[in-house]
Amino acid sequence: MKALRYLIPLAIFAMLVVFLWRGLSLNPREIPSPLIDKPTPGFALPVLGSEQTFRPEELKGQVWLLNVWASWCVSCRQEHPVLVAIGKERVLPVVGLNYKEVRGDGELDPSKIDAATEKALARERASKWLTRHGDPYLLSVLDLDGRVGVDLGVYGVPETFLIDREGRIRYKHIGPLTKEVWSTVFLPQVKKLSP
Amino acid sequence: MKMPYFLLLLVGLPLGAAIAEVATPLAADPVMEERLKALGQDLRCLVCQNQSLADSNAPLAEDLRQVIREQFRLGKNDDQVRGFLVERYGDFVLYKPPLKGSTLPLWLGPFALLALGLGVLVVLLRKRGHKQPLAPTPDAKAQERARKLLDQDP
Repeated sequence: MKALRYLIPLAIFAMLVVFLWRGLSLNPREIPSPLIDKPTPGFALPVLGSEQTFRPEELKGQVWLLNVWASWCVSCRQEHPVLVAIGKERVLPVVGLNYKEVRGDGELDPSKIDAATEKALARERASKWLTRHGDPYLLSVLDLDGRVGVDLGVYGVPETFLIDREGRIRYKHIGPLTKEVWSTVFLPQVKKLSP
Repeated sequence: MKMPYFLLLLVGLPLGAAIAEVATPLAADPVMEERLKALGQDLRCLVCQNQSLADSNAPLAEDLRQVIREQFRLGKNDDQVRGFLVERYGDFVLYKPPLKGSTLPLWLGPFALLALGLGVLVVLLRKRGHKQPLAPTPDAKAQERARKLLDQDP
């Protein structure tokens, strides 16, 4: 019974350590998405560098990535080589969702830019960025006002969605994609989802 | 002569409406803004997580406020708007988490800890009650001596 006197505080201490360890290693920026295993929200957005629009239904039957990016997003630059490598290896189609290209840039004042100028500016800036850093995308769509971003629950660019053949979101990665995340988290799931 | 004034009013009415439309959305509907503010207090801004959606200046918070205004205009009530945001961003946007299976420990945990603490307290107090007093009661001889000492004049 005497041993209990010492064991109880020790047990409480161990419990605290476990809770704190877990709490400190969790990233509060990574909020679990409620969209996992749900159908991708529908949208029709203009394609960068063409007059066409793209709808996610067009890729039904394929496993694909939807990568949210913008030229003003610093972390996007960081993850971009990983995407370029994925694009080169032709692992799966990667669609870019250019998120608030003009309005998201803190250095521009969107109230002084009219809609037509914004559209042209967004296309120009996005194309230039892809020319400079490489274009891994099957195509990129422009979400100028970020409304499709809201439907997708985007709150921090970059974000990457893995979408299955039925058009359901299977995984969402928040923050820059790294080689490690790609090979340990994405690839196994891609293999499982592909026939 | 009253007729022309009335007509003038008729002409003026649509003009006023036209001007109102040009006004900024913020000033457009004070009732809606009040509603937005009240609802926004209970919603978390996802970018600056310790600020409410009503207080935050983050671009995403402004976007979401705009989205909420649109939902209000569509005639949605507060619960429906909350549901709209939860569908996209999860329960995390709510400062008050809903009561459900995964949040049960969150809601009941404090009460469970309180009950545990009270239980431990009761057990300890009972144990103490049964224990013998620490100092033995003085015997008759000692009490006699004490009385004598107290009765003595200083």
